[in-house]
Amino acid sequence: MSKTILTIDDSASIRQMVSLTLSAAGYQVLQASDGEEGLEKATTHRIDAVLTDLNMPKMNGIEFIRQYRAHPSSAGVPIVFLTTESDDEMKQQAKQAGATGWIVKPFEQQKLLAVVKKVAGS
Amino acid sequence: MTHDPADTFRQEARDLLESLEQALLDLEQTPSDRELVDSAFRSLHTLKGSGAMFGFDEVADFVHEFETAFDRVRKGESAVTPALIAVALAAGDHVGRLIEEPGRYAAQGEPILAALQDIVGDQGSVKSTSVPAPSDDTRRARSWRIRFRLPDDALALGTNPLLLLDELRELGECDIEALTDDVPPLEEIDPRVCYLAWKVSLTTEAPREAIEDVFLFLSDGMTLEIEALEPGTSETVTADQASRVLPQDLDTDRDKSQAAGESPGKSAQPPQHREAKERQGSSSLRVPAERLDELMDRVGELVIAQARLSQMTGASDDLELKTVAEEIERLSSGLRDITMGIRMVPIGTLFGRFRRLVHDLSHELGKEVEFVASGEETELDKTVVEQLADPLVHLIRNAVDHGLEDPERRELAGKPRRGKVRLAAVHAGAEVAISIRDDGAGLDAERIRAKAESAGLISPEATLSDNELYQYIFHPGFSTASEVTSVSGRGVGMDAVKRTIEALRGSIELTSEPGSGTTVTLHLPLTLAIIDGMLVRVGEGRYSLPLLAVEECVELPESEVAEAQGRNFLNIRGSLVPFLRLRELFGASGEPDPHQKVIIVSSGEFRVGLVVDQIIGNNQTVIKPLSKLHANLGTFSGATILGDGSVALILDVAHLVNFGRGFEERLRDERMRREA
Repeated sequence: MSKTILTIDDSASIRQMVSLTLSAAGYQVLQASDGEEGLEKATTHRIDAVLTDLNMPKMNGIEFIRQYRAHPSSAGVPIVFLTTESDDEMKQQAKQAGATGWIVKPFEQQKLLAVVKKVAGS
Repeated sequence: MTHDPADTFRQEARDLLESLEQALLDLEQTPSDRELVDSAFRSLHTLKGSGAMFGFDEVADFVHEFETAFDRVRKGESAVTPALIAVALAAGDHVGRLIEEPGRYAAQGEPILAALQDIVGDQGSVKSTSVPAPSDDTRRARSWRIRFRLPDDALALGTNPLLLLDELRELGECDIEALTDDVPPLEEIDPRVCYLAWKVSLTTEAPREAIEDVFLFLSDGMTLEIEALEPGTSETVTADQASRVLPQDLDTDRDKSQAAGESPGKSAQPPQHREAKERQGSSSLRVPAERLDELMDRVGELVIAQARLSQMTGASDDLELKTVAEEIERLSSGLRDITMGIRMVPIGTLFGRFRRLVHDLSHELGKEVEFVASGEETELDKTVVEQLADPLVHLIRNAVDHGLEDPERRELAGKPRRGKVRLAAVHAGAEVAISIRDDGAGLDAERIRAKAESAGLISPEATLSDNELYQYIFHPGFSTASEVTSVSGRGVGMDAVKRTIEALRGSIELTSEPGSGTTVTLHLPLTLAIIDGMLVRVGEGRYSLPLLAVEECVELPESEVAEAQGRNFLNIRGSLVPFLRLRELFGASGEPDPHQKVIIVSSGEFRVGLVVDQIIGNNQTVIKPLSKLHANLGTFSGATILGDGSVALILDVAHLVNFGRGFEERLRDERMRREA
């Protein structure tokens, strides 16, 4: 059975790109446009990994990670965050909140796939 | 159905720039609002990230600098000032240009950035180009001994050690041994904790970085030893040290994915083929406007075909067929309503740009202006909204430039220095009224009169009310601005505005109160595509007119029939309404119907009667534009196809009403001449 990845990003173009890339590689993709919607989907669907942006309206990525990690269904689910922050601060915050890995934007499709495969398997 | 993510980005970028602009304009009003600063920053941030991903490097580079400068504002190191807002708005515009026409404007960004950095007191940022440490490992197989142990919470946080081992295995020949020393007795085992450690012997051509990258995400709390099985290269990377290799750039990762034998063919597979897999989407979706036009077009065709079906079954005795035809009629009218609903967009999408316009104008003209918009949620057909932009720009410019006085003059008149321009949209029945109101000096009736007289539009003796005089500003080439400014007063405008509004089957109304301001109100129909029409016959031809414009229908009195060349006025409950004999207007042949009807139609506050041979009834009028050759015909605004396949022209009520008013004016002139 193919793995399901939840992508959370307020940018429709990024979601589309992630979604096309991952579904081309055989993953199922769920989309959410902010942390709130992400949390709702993450806790009501069976998912194998989450890709989330950090800077989002309503609920930002760090808060999403925190709240999701507080939910039992997140056990064992890797969370990868997308970040353009070159400073370590955001990254550390996200990691402390319980993220598994990260991707630095801009990234190419190959890189995205490699990271998803790394944390979720193929 | 293929979508180019770059197109999505462009669309999205426009939205982001729009919300950036809104946030900046709001900030000017409330400079201390942190929410707004964050919102502006977020727009920039997303623009930068997406821009770089979809190959808009100029955009990404520029926005990066923009964002860096703005970050100082976010961190409170620089204050929000009008100067900052002005430059930031200019920067936003520049980004818009970079997106629409890449490669053309890049050079123009420098001065904007310089100004921006000047204001926030930033010396600009040196772009961090992290160069991956050159690896001295050459491409020959080396052997490594790797020992690692995961942090306690790694499993809960989604790290799967099996995947790490898989990755190592992909690097080359592997010998893996699990170290079970720390595994506690069964009853003490916490299933969420990873007690195992691993020892791996790996022979690979990949450099050390590739191995480190396998553990990239696991710096904190893990133990990792990577040891080359050759003298002099032994090294132990502990957690602390591991974090130092973290900021490594993606290039290393790319190396890794290639080194890991990631087959390029796999990801190069065209994504479109898998699009069907994208079963989950967000709850709203973007559809290109042309598709909506296409859909409306098809629905129009369906409505026509349905009318034809109804007409055919009307004559038939087949009950079953009639039932189906009625069902189809119900469905198609439902479909029509839904489709028209989809095409409705809130007019607020337009209002946003006016705030910017007023902001720029007030600076340019040295006037203090408060712009208030209301009714942003009012919905109109998207075609109408699109075409409203220019007229509204004109009217708002006029309001700020001509309407509002200079702050000094306002003070003298006992008004607040700050003038107010109010833009409001409201639903009123089947139309939307949009009004632009300023609290300026109002129109100068005397000046308009003088101008109209010198242009020969009215005779010096004519008695006209102020309101009648005001209407002259809609005449082509009419401008009372004593000097032409760059903003307005060129005399092209109000007539163009009027023409555009009338082309949208709308009307324009102007009222003015000396000393307290001018209001221009646009009345617009909700939709342009399909209207409820009244079908009439004149001679052999059939014509449709918008039902909404029809006020009432009366019989043409016998006396008027006989007096074919008469005064052409009807007494409708005490008021005189001019009427037009469409038979004469259209040069219809054949005998007129003995019982001719007059349809009283209105446009704005004026009414006119249209004499027709027969009123056929209501019909769904699917509006088809006339050919280019006929597009400027005043009397007809379009054509429609009837149920029997024949064509009926749609009467342009606004035009006919004006025509009728012309009658009225000529008559009044005649009367005045006679009296003189």
